[in-house]
Amino acid sequence: MTTLNFDASTDPILERRRAIQNAAATSLGRRKISSRIAIGICWAFLAIAIVPLVAVIAYVVVKGLPAWNTDFFTQSTVPEGIPGGGVWNAIVGTAEIGFFATAVTVPIGLLCGLTLAESDGNIAAAVRFTADVMTGMPSITIGIFGYIAIVKTTGKYSGLAGAFAIGFIMLPVIMRAGETAIRGVPRDLSEAALALGARRATIAHRVLVPAALPGITTGVLLAVARGLGETAPLLLTIFGNQYLQWNPTKPMEALPLVIYNNSSQPYANLLQIAWGAALLLMVVVLVLSVGSRVLAVVLQRERR
Amino acid sequence: MTTLETPPPGRAKRGNRFALPNGAYRGLLAAMGAIFVGLVAWFIISMIVQARPAFSTLGFSWIIQKTWDPTHNKYGLLPFILGTVETTAIAMVLALPIGLGTALALAYLVPHRVRQGLSSAVELLAAVPSVVYGLWGLIVLAPLFREDVEPFLTSILGWTGLFNGPNEGVGLLLAGIILFVMVLPTMVAISRDVLAVVPSEQVEGAMALGATRWQVLRKVVVPGARTGILGAFTLATGRALGETVAVALVIGNSPYIAHSVKSTASTLPALIVNNFGEATGTELSALFGAGLVLLLIGVTVNAVARVLVRSAARSGAASMAVA
Amino acid sequence: MIDPTPTPEVAEGLGSGTDEPPADEPVMRLQDVAVAFSGRTAVRSVSFDVYPGEITALIGPSGSGKTTLLRALNRLHDTERSASVTGTILLGDTDVNADSTDPTLLRTRVGMVFQRPNPFPTMSIYENAVAGLRFNGVRKKALLDEAAESALIAAALWDSVRDRLKAHASTLSGGEQQRLCIARALAVEPEVLLMDEPTSALDPIATKRIEELIGELKHRVTIIIVTHNMQQAMRVSDRCAFLLMGEDKAGELIEVGPTARLFSEPSDPRTLDYVNGRFG
Repeated sequence: MTTLNFDASTDPILERRRAIQNAAATSLGRRKISSRIAIGICWAFLAIAIVPLVAVIAYVVVKGLPAWNTDFFTQSTVPEGIPGGGVWNAIVGTAEIGFFATAVTVPIGLLCGLTLAESDGNIAAAVRFTADVMTGMPSITIGIFGYIAIVKTTGKYSGLAGAFAIGFIMLPVIMRAGETAIRGVPRDLSEAALALGARRATIAHRVLVPAALPGITTGVLLAVARGLGETAPLLLTIFGNQYLQWNPTKPMEALPLVIYNNSSQPYANLLQIAWGAALLLMVVVLVLSVGSRVLAVVLQRERR
Repeated sequence: MTTLETPPPGRAKRGNRFALPNGAYRGLLAAMGAIFVGLVAWFIISMIVQARPAFSTLGFSWIIQKTWDPTHNKYGLLPFILGTVETTAIAMVLALPIGLGTALALAYLVPHRVRQGLSSAVELLAAVPSVVYGLWGLIVLAPLFREDVEPFLTSILGWTGLFNGPNEGVGLLLAGIILFVMVLPTMVAISRDVLAVVPSEQVEGAMALGATRWQVLRKVVVPGARTGILGAFTLATGRALGETVAVALVIGNSPYIAHSVKSTASTLPALIVNNFGEATGTELSALFGAGLVLLLIGVTVNAVARVLVRSAARSGAASMAVA
Repeated sequence: MIDPTPTPEVAEGLGSGTDEPPADEPVMRLQDVAVAFSGRTAVRSVSFDVYPGEITALIGPSGSGKTTLLRALNRLHDTERSASVTGTILLGDTDVNADSTDPTLLRTRVGMVFQRPNPFPTMSIYENAVAGLRFNGVRKKALLDEAAESALIAAALWDSVRDRLKAHASTLSGGEQQRLCIARALAVEPEVLLMDEPTSALDPIATKRIEELIGELKHRVTIIIVTHNMQQAMRVSDRCAFLLMGEDKAGELIEVGPTARLFSEPSDPRTLDYVNGRFG
């Protein structure tokens, strides 16, 4: 305890302390002002971001709600110049396309997710690379594929061609969600089953997939939400149909198509139907998104 | 935590009896993977095959020619490639600062009580279908742009030469703005997540050195999250490049190179979707070619993003391993 | 701020184990300090003085509010809206908690080292060392270089990093990272350095080196260190403040005094129990 004996006027440490505290004090005003300005700009940007997003939602609700009447949900779309009409045919089309796309994509996506999570070989690497490439593909090009693969091959536009394209868009989402959820299952669960002599398939079927179910469900619902909102691929595959069509091998109507086609029409009733369809589509997509989270939480809680 | 009890012996046996042998199970997984890879490969090959007639009759240079005029057998893609790049550029020039500022505000500035709610709301907005944005842009924004926004911008920025020509409402500018609004939730949601996970120890470390609030954000938080922000930016760019219907509705769809941001123009996706229905022969093939170019751009942007993010993550991971 | 000429009695007073305070003016005085979160008291009514050139250790079992108290000394609780600090904390003549005291200027004078090494991973070793100076508006290259070198030397890191100052801070080992954090805090030349269990994330060898370092640093800066390790408190500190969780879960100061006295003949039976490892 003797080294505190120094000459305060020349001690380099005290000198530096003075210099630094001086710099800190003299720059404080400048630093505080620039901090306030920058943080003010962040707040302003937050406001700029919120305004259009709220405006979109508000417009769709305000303009869409008046369109929701019995006719809207029970009548089919009408051509230009004819009053009235609804979107029943589009609801049927969107529901069927969503159903077929999901029914085919979920098992394939889950198995591919298992492949990604469970094997490290060339196949898994190839699947992963392909899924990476796919996430970069614009949805319109997947629509082109649907056209080439189904419309050109079968010689006609159809709901199934649309389901094919939509399913293709959903596939990597489901795969990745499945992989993540399966990887999240604790190792000792499957190892315990393995030690009991269970086969790999049994483990996957009875341990991995059930344990990963919350994650898988969330992924599937999010994928469906994304798939149902896609418009571009449908324009090239289902063609549109102003009559009610239950047969998925025939051209069909879909909600996004109604919005797209009606939005540039000069007829008030068609425009109103476009807003109504936009509201319906938005509600469906948001319910699926919110539902996926809620369901994941509920499923997770039940396990505890 | 998930707690799954080991199945009772009877159930396990029953499962075993019907279960595939390990070899067959592996085979099934491999087959599924192969089918998936095969499908995508078929997809790309078939697109090349369909686009080939365009290349063989027009040569390779048609991609960068300036004129799209099917009646005179001219299928230049340059106006559409430029339109795609220009609308995306407008969107991203706005989305980067505004998205980042919003994400910073959501992660660090807004009161704790509303933070989670606002962030979830932003994530939900990312799920709103793009055609809804297109409808809103065409019906609500286009008249507003024609009557107010464009005259105003012309009056203050006319000297730059970027705002020549009539105020049409629809055009490059509106398409860029719509894309901006559309990709903003993606940009904000991902950036917010990566900003929020910058360790609080880093934040406090900077504060304890006498940093102001902004210095903490600017010098520590944003650099700490830069990899993820880059990822968010590129992902949003990919979405903007490939967006079809929202742009097709508000860009005016004219096959000419824009001379001002108010000009009507078109993009590769809009070109495809507008002409696909009636196209035949060389034109159809040229549209497939346009799809191929778009595919190439999209996949390249995505791959670049992946490489960037991965290399940044690796340098981080390597240093973590050493530490 | 530091009285540069301590009397010989100071050193004697420390070694002799009496409660005779050093003759110096305290660097920091805590008077009836309490910290509460959302109205719930976490630490109550702590009063003691911190003397220049000494190492003061805050000891006590977990939950006794050592870290909470420490973080009040550089106003790190400011970010927590629910936190409230009452009582008086004086740094020289400055009232730490006064509204007129700018927290960023205060933190330039009161540095901090955290439990886990937290160098800025995106900055180089050099940039880490001068980060505090840059935050505080120092732009002169000569001053930055001088401060960085001096601080890295003081943190016993200079010899191993002088040739790779541009390397990323994350390339250092855990112990080196913590020494870089000490250098980073020292570079600003604070008057008081707060250390919050600075070795708790380190292995025994790195811990030993940091402890040695702390002993050397007290000639340069007054240190307040939180530790749950009795041996460490005994090895490094001159003075100890013992905190204990009261019945309502709020930490209380049981006693404070020279380390040697506190460990050999504490005045409170609870202190005796604790230093003999009977609880906590």
